[in-house]
Amino acid sequence: MLKDQDRIFTNIYGLHDAFLEGARARGDWDNTKDLVAKGRETIIDQVKASGLRGRGGAGFGTGMKWSFMPKDSSGRPHYLVINADEGEPGTCKDREILRHEPHKLIEGALLASVGIGAHAAYCYVRGEFYHEAMALQRAVDECYAAGLIGPDACGTGYAFDFYVHRGAGAYICGEESALIESLEGRKGQPRLKPPFPANVGLYGCPTTVNNVESIAVVPAILRRGGAWFAGLGRPNNTGVKLFNISGHVNNPCTVEEEMSIPLKELIEKHAGGVTGGWDNLLAIIPGGSSVPALPKSICDTVLMDFDSLKDVRSGLGTAAIIVMDKSTDIVRAITRLSAFYKHESCGQCTPCREGTGWLYRVMERMSEGRATIEEIDLLEEVTRQIEGHTICALGDAAAWPIQGLIRHFRPAIEEKIAARQKSAERAA
Amino acid sequence: MSTDTDTPVAQPDSFVFTDENRQLADTIIARYPEGRQASAVLPLLDLAQRQHDGWLPRVAMDHVADVLGMAPIRVYEVATFYTMFNLRPVGKHHVQVCTNLPCWLRGSDKVMHACKKTLGIEVGETTADGQFTLSEVECLGACVNAPMIQVNDDYYEDLDADSTAKVLTDLREGRQPKKGSQTGRTSSEPAGGLTSLMTVGGEDA
Repeated sequence: MLKDQDRIFTNIYGLHDAFLEGARARGDWDNTKDLVAKGRETIIDQVKASGLRGRGGAGFGTGMKWSFMPKDSSGRPHYLVINADEGEPGTCKDREILRHEPHKLIEGALLASVGIGAHAAYCYVRGEFYHEAMALQRAVDECYAAGLIGPDACGTGYAFDFYVHRGAGAYICGEESALIESLEGRKGQPRLKPPFPANVGLYGCPTTVNNVESIAVVPAILRRGGAWFAGLGRPNNTGVKLFNISGHVNNPCTVEEEMSIPLKELIEKHAGGVTGGWDNLLAIIPGGSSVPALPKSICDTVLMDFDSLKDVRSGLGTAAIIVMDKSTDIVRAITRLSAFYKHESCGQCTPCREGTGWLYRVMERMSEGRATIEEIDLLEEVTRQIEGHTICALGDAAAWPIQGLIRHFRPAIEEKIAARQKSAERAA
Repeated sequence: MSTDTDTPVAQPDSFVFTDENRQLADTIIARYPEGRQASAVLPLLDLAQRQHDGWLPRVAMDHVADVLGMAPIRVYEVATFYTMFNLRPVGKHHVQVCTNLPCWLRGSDKVMHACKKTLGIEVGETTADGQFTLSEVECLGACVNAPMIQVNDDYYEDLDADSTAKVLTDLREGRQPKKGSQTGRTSSEPAGGLTSLMTVGGEDA
């Protein structure tokens, strides 16, 4: 198990003072001036060396992403945009950073901004997180008052502004280009890429969009060195990670653990085990609602990291673990997710706009057994027609949970159909 | 998205920001670069909604458009896209029940039932006294504290039927219920006791 001294988020539960005095006592803002002085190249090199992969779901190398920012932007400002539009069902890790570790986020934003040549960061917080946004704003105000950010951040001469921007209830704004559209004052509809945000992002300027957790671990990486972070987890899956364990466990919780921890160990050590014991496990969605569920046989041995979960045709996603025990109607559960994607489709691309509604309606029938066996294959086929045929990944996210259901739990659908047929025959 | 347009809503004749809110609006607008004031449309619509008892009449959207120099249609399309903008009146307490998967697995059906029973209304309805509106919402991002509801700006977490009824009864009778976990957790730590961070943490709050 990860040692406490290797944990970054030492106030993740808010048991201590979340604000400047408490944050300083935990080591935040300790000689940040020297870290800023390392300069753009060194900061990017250290983050690359750490192996940090984006914590928002896609897992793209953070240092690599930063290196895409142009060296010469002919006068256009660079922006850092922090994605705090946390809304992937199962996911509630950034919330804890916003309200309990806001200074790690702001300090990380300063250092990341040096890394990408930005002098302003916008943090887009989902609108429902009102108190979280207020906590972050309070920390920002403290930083300005203490000279940690502003025209001469930490006495370095580097100008840096941090702005909190609240969203207004749209899951799609967690997609980076939809987030930028929203931040510019429009409907959150994703942009076609290219151009990528690193070239044409916020206000047409070079922009890097990073998840809250990705940014908040940067100060620790720069203080302790990229090698320290890279020494945790496995190669290509390095570092520490916040996990959210929800659903049918005895003690649902958020916990920071080492990447690549076995899923079973994670649940048994921190969440008090599956309700009714491990043998009562039916399925786990390991990375937020968008990734396919895994049956118990895979959960027995799978590791919680990018590669291990990819190998079993699921994904680490946001590392939000939704546990379902044997009392769960898995078809009903996935139908609920289909309703979610139908609700959240922005309506821009036809395969997603029409497809998510179609998937939901068919899933609704299947969950009641009002379908034929052949329709299961048709359903699978339609998910393939949506996946990869839309501007953003919401179409994929709507398709994958159903694909996982059919792959691992097809008999559950067939049983419902058979039971319905049988009762219809009896009635006839 | 609050786009129930079946029944017309009685619209007020005018809306302007109070002096205090107008100042706040200017502070918000200043966060964005010159010429990019449209970026302030979400925060300003939120401000207008707070000023106008929790919903946005047409004239409030027009006022925001005016303040930001935007075409009114651009503001309408934003206001109709985002779920947090209410285009028709809501009760003093807007009760929003998350029924997404993590909440459902831990009993959001019972929470929803308790809301309907305690308030005597169905989803989408407002109590006759205008105190409560009941909505079903998507994931609110408090999944390890499921099931949960949001009432206006506040989360109530780790609910069951009884604690849900108690929260709503308190609100109805003018008492402020304890926000957050209803089972005594500080936040997202495991209920059975800490499994990490026993040896570090810094100054006590």
